[in-house]
Formats: sequence, structure tokens, C-alpha cells
Amino acid sequence: MKRIIYSEIKGRSPQFYALAAILLVFVLTALASAFYMEHSGHYVTGMNNQVVWGMPHVFAIFLIVAASGALNVASIGTVFGKTIYKPLGRLSGLLAIALLLGGLVVLVLDLGRPDRLIVAMTNYNLKSIFTWNIFLYVGFMVIVAAYLWLQMERRMNRFAKSAGMLAFLWRLILTTGTGSIFGFLVAREAYDSAIMAPLFIAMSFSFGLAVYILVLLAACRGSERDIGDKVVNKLGRLLGIFAALVLYFTAIQHLTNLYAAEHIGVEKFILLDGGIYTLLFWVGQVIVGGIIPMVLVFRASGDVSRNAILASTLVIIGGFAQVYVIVIGGQAYPLELFPGMEVSSSFNDGVIASYAPSLPEIGLGLGGVALTGLITLFGMKLLRFLPASLANATIDPHHSVTAKSS
Amino acid sequence: MTRHRALIGILVIALAGLAVASHAADQQNNTKGVPFPAIAMGQGETCVEDTDFMRRNHMDLLDHQRDETVINGVRTEQHSLKECINCHVVNGPDSVPVTVSSPQHFCRSCHDYAAVSVDCFQCHASRPGVEN
Amino acid sequence: MSIKTEKSTPTPGFDPVRRKFLSAVAAAAGVALAPGVMLYGITKSNSAAARVSGSAVSSNVRWGMLIDLNRCDSGCDDCVTACSKENGLQGHGRPATDAQWIRKVDVTNPQTGASQSLPMMCQHCADPPCVDVCPTGASFKRADGIVLVNKHTCIGCRYCMMACPYKARSFIHESLEDQKPHAPRGKGTVESCTLCVHRVDAGGQPACVEACSDTGGGAMLFGDLKDPDSEISQRVAKYATQQIRADLGLDPGVRYRNL
Repeated sequence: MKRIIYSEIKGRSPQFYALAAILLVFVLTALASAFYMEHSGHYVTGMNNQVVWGMPHVFAIFLIVAASGALNVASIGTVFGKTIYKPLGRLSGLLAIALLLGGLVVLVLDLGRPDRLIVAMTNYNLKSIFTWNIFLYVGFMVIVAAYLWLQMERRMNRFAKSAGMLAFLWRLILTTGTGSIFGFLVAREAYDSAIMAPLFIAMSFSFGLAVYILVLLAACRGSERDIGDKVVNKLGRLLGIFAALVLYFTAIQHLTNLYAAEHIGVEKFILLDGGIYTLLFWVGQVIVGGIIPMVLVFRASGDVSRNAILASTLVIIGGFAQVYVIVIGGQAYPLELFPGMEVSSSFNDGVIASYAPSLPEIGLGLGGVALTGLITLFGMKLLRFLPASLANATIDPHHSVTAKSS
Repeated sequence: MTRHRALIGILVIALAGLAVASHAADQQNNTKGVPFPAIAMGQGETCVEDTDFMRRNHMDLLDHQRDETVINGVRTEQHSLKECINCHVVNGPDSVPVTVSSPQHFCRSCHDYAAVSVDCFQCHASRPGVEN
Repeated sequence: MSIKTEKSTPTPGFDPVRRKFLSAVAAAAGVALAPGVMLYGITKSNSAAARVSGSAVSSNVRWGMLIDLNRCDSGCDDCVTACSKENGLQGHGRPATDAQWIRKVDVTNPQTGASQSLPMMCQHCADPPCVDVCPTGASFKRADGIVLVNKHTCIGCRYCMMACPYKARSFIHESLEDQKPHAPRGKGTVESCTLCVHRVDAGGQPACVEACSDTGGGAMLFGDLKDPDSEISQRVAKYATQQIRADLGLDPGVRYRNL
């Protein structure tokens, strides 16, 4: 196999600066939104005492889940030794850090008291899964940064595999932690299940890879680098498998609940008569985010890149729908104060909670996405994350002279 | 190139001179600076601690007392914020106690002067309430 | 029912506030007892547990409440009004975001149509999920069983609101002014029923309990669940009582009778 040459993107074209400027505008909008929300209080958002986590959390959870998934490409290369994935590893690490930072910023700026971030960093309740997650996030960034350095510094390459293994295990634990934020909630009918952890891991595989494919193709096109069908086809098919995995865990989640009479209520709500949540579930998650992308990458003919881009976009849309249904739909369904009884009060007991996302919430969430974009963009400009070429001849292991991988 | 350097050198020296001069002027004009705040005296003979001690350490006393109160339920009056507020009350022109929104408020008068912002009154009442 | 307030532990530090309060309780009890009616609300105060002024709360005490639903009328919300008044809770005309520490819940059996009304608030669990999930430890359980939010360390993440099965907590969605000096509360933090901790620490009982016995049905009894001689312990030992969502195993300190 030819030695892979990495290079910075030039980042001097008008298009580069235009993109950076647009992203910056979104980031500034997010800061303004956050300031507005904090200054007025959260009543200006769609969130309330029934739906306490709203649109910012949908964005934050999507980004954090995608972050750990974006690292998979690097893991497949170093840990599982798939040669064709090796040139893709650096971008994978960069994207993982960028996505995690984007998500965490959204999460922090939505706090009731973001000015007390220092309190969250100095007072720990070690029994809280949230606290574990703080350690997991910080640890993830440190480990991935080290992993990137070991990959990029040639004298250190021999340690890259061990670091890759650590990063892979860490990311599995991290997503388990994110899923368990919901899985540990005994109070809520829609959560309270061990399956949340593996479901979130499957989601991270799928969302992270979808984001990765889009960024890779955009970066290669923007910097006029060759990218062969071979690698795109490979990534696309992998995305199809991951999308199937998400559908599998989703099916198990709902089947298990449907079997138990006590959970029929919440299942009926999500699957049948939940209005927007039912629509988002079936159309958004299952059809748009699951079945169509699978058909596109496994069955469709035509331009491989175009199919991969379309499939990735649909997986991301379906992913947002899925996180929305989990986070918002799960809260909209009322708490079971007295199982089997009907309850009513002035505090919306026993009724489906209403929630409509407000502009500042959406602005804040999009700002997190834009921040991810900015970090990735300037990361690629400053350091050598992107291979000079991903043409079939450059990356195909069958072109290699020796079987030994470098 | 050399001319540029010389120019920059002169500029730096001039600025430094200006800074020293203005600093000296500052020290001379100290009494004409920001006026010392009119701090509301408490109602009793003395404060719970020496005034000098309170000026330097009231925040630590409050911090300690706050944890004692919230976590251990200790509600002695000695170092409680509530009693500070009750004792150092300032009445406005309408003879109603002022809140922290008034610059005359005991805590605020000094904190404005020292340019230290506190967030106590985002939650705590900044004037005595009608007890029930 | 005897009034044992005078026998409260001797206090080395004279505490005028508590003394005033105790005499008020004794007086109220005297009036109420005159017709020979026994009201739940007038307890033996918490004399057995009265603390020496300045000492920390102890785990020898567990504050709890017993609510007799046969005495709780669905049209009565005196406990709610009293709570709002005591703690300075004001609505802003936005029911979805306005704070409620205690609320009346109507429960109906859809098969039989039988209906009941009950007050619902923080259940002061022995094993509170809100405390488990709080990342900073701001949500905590005091040694005497009262579950509180330490607003000095609450960052407003609302995970406790996700975790509470009773929907007992509210998030403060706007800036507040002129709070009650004994009930600090402010924008961006989470809050819930404090069991009127400032009253309890002064030897009294929660405002809702007092209101219920004064003008309501006298359905609420407050006391120390760990003191075998307390009114509440004796009643809990004698009659069948229920905890809401007992299946979750959280051991709430608020118990219901005739549910």
C-alpha cells in the first residue's frame, strides 16, 4: 500500500471564508439566544415544568451521541486493522472532538445557571450518572486528542493502536452513560430500561458515521481532492448496517414494552395516537431515517457518492426525529402517579404535555452544530487531518506491495 | 526599516512616560476619586463582630453560615444574611426599606464602590420582610 | 392529647423566636381542644425532637406527614393557598411554567367512577431519586429526612425534575423580586416543598398542616416518624396507610390514609 500523505486544506478561497462566516453567524446567534433565555428566564422558551428538557437537549444529545460514533471510523482502522479505513482515522478523531464540544456547549448554555459552571466542575455527587458523564466527556476529549497525536507523530505511531483500543472502549462506555441518563429514570414510563444504553450505542454508530460521510465528501470536494467510489461505497454500506441496527434495537424496545400491559399506555402514545410524536417516529425515524437510507446504499443504482450523501442526510434527519421522540415524547407522556387511575390537577397531571420549540432554543441548538463545523473547518486548515487523495488506487489494499500493513 | 524601529522606540518611551505621570497624578488626586460610600450603620451598638473584621471576612462568615443553615438546619442569628439585612436596613424617601435596586442599599453601597458583584439577591430578599 | 411544649429540652441559648412560636401553638391548641374535638393538625408540636439552638439536625428524627383522605374535601385547597402565602409563591399567569409546591390532585377510578382528592407535594423519600441524579449534590436529604435543593449549588440542569416520580419539583422560569426572607428562591434553579423547614427548625409545623387544621378538614398530621410516642407514629402503627408509588421502593415520608 502506498504511504498516505496528509495535508492541510488551503482555506483561502472565497467559499471557505463564506462558509466560515455563515457558521460564525450561527454561533453568534446561539450566544445571543442563550443570553436572551438566561436573561429573561426559561419562560420565553417552549420548555416548562412538564417538558423540562427541550430542543437544546435534542441538539445536544444528537451531537454528543454522534461524537462517539464519529470516532468509529478511526477505531475500525487502528483497532480492527481494516487498511482501507486507516487514511480516514485522523478526520474521524477531529470530528469526534468537534461534535462533542458543540453538544456540550449547547447543554451548558441551556442550564438555568450557566454562570455556575465552576460549581459543576468543583462539586460532584458521585452517585449521579450526570457526574459520571462529565468525567466521561472530559476523558473522551483527552484520550482522543492523545490518540490523534499518536497517529500524527510518526515516531509515536506504534502506540496508536493501544490508544485506539482505549478510545474505542471509552466511547462505548461514554455512549452507555449517555443512554443511561434516560435508562436510569425509573419515574418515566418511556425510559427506565436497560435497552437505552445499547440503543444509544447503535444510534451513535449510525449518526456519527452519517455526519462523517457528509463532512468527508464535502471536505474532499471543497479542497479538490480525489475520493474514489471504493471508500464511499464501503462507508455507505456500513451506514446501512448501522441504520438497520438502530431499527433492530428500536423494535426490541417497543416490543418488550408492548408485551407488558403496564406499558401499553405509553406505547400507544408513541406508536399510535401521539400526533407529532407518532408521525416523527414512523415517518421520520423509521421510513426516512431507516428504510430509505438502507435501500439507497444497498439497492439503489447510480452515483455512489450521491446515494451516500442522500442516505447520510436522511439518517441525520431521522436521527433528529428519533432523539426528539425519545426526549420530548418521553416527557410529554404524563407520569403515572396512580397506575390504572385517572388523575387531574392544576399542574397538568394526567394530561399529555404540550411543547412547541421556540426560536431561541432552535438558534442555540443550530449554534452547536455550527460550532462543530467551525472547529472541524479550522482544524483541517491548521493541521494535516485530510489525506491528499482517497482515490481508489491510493487506498485500496489490493494495490499494496506487501501484505503487512503500515 | 531602521527609521521605523526608531519611531516605535520613541513611541514606547513616550507612552511609558505618560503612564508614570498619570499614575503619580492619580495618587495625588486620591481624595477626589470615587466618593467613599455612605454606609448604613446597623441599629445596635456594635456589629456581631468587629467592623474591621467584618469588612474583610463577612463573606466567609456568610458562606459558612449558609451551609450550616441549609444543610444542618442551624438557624442562629449571629452570622445569618437575614439578620444582616434586618439590622442594616435603609429606608427610602417613602420610609419603606429599600431593596438592592437602590444604590443606598447597605450591601450595594459598598459593593458598588469596590466593584464586586454578588448574586445573593437573585434568590434572597434584600430587605426585611413582613414576618408571619 | 397533651401539650408537652413546656417540656421541651432546656435551651442554653435563649431563643425568643421559638419561645414566641411555642406559646402560640400552645394557645391555639388550648382553643381547639376546648370543645373536646381532636384535630389532626394540632400535634404535640415537635417537642421530642426540639433541638438545642445552634445544633445540627439529627438523624434520630425523621419528619413525615400523614394525610387522612376521608377528611380531605375535593373543593378545599387551603393547604395550597397557605403554602403559596408562606413561601411567597406567586403565579405569573403562565400555568405551564408557574411553580407549584403543593397541589390538589383528583384521582378517579375509570372502572367504578369512584373519586378522591388529595394534596400532592414532595414526598420526602428516604431514597430520593432526585438526590441520586443531581450532578452537583445540590439536591440533598437532610439528616432529619427533609429533601431540599441547595440553591447555592444548583446549576439548573433539571435532571431531578426528570427523575422525580411525583412531579414535585418546579423550575423557576423568570426573575423574582421581594421573596420571603425565610424562603429564598430565584431564577434558574429548581425548587420544591421544603416541608416549611424554617418553621420546623423553629419547632413548628408546615404551613399547609396548620391551615388544614385551622380552616380545612384537619386531614394533615405532621410529626416525627422515628419517635414511637409521636402522634404520627402511633397512627401509622395502628391504621393501614399508603405511600404513593410504593412499588418504586422510595419510602416516602408522606403517608396517606383511606386512599
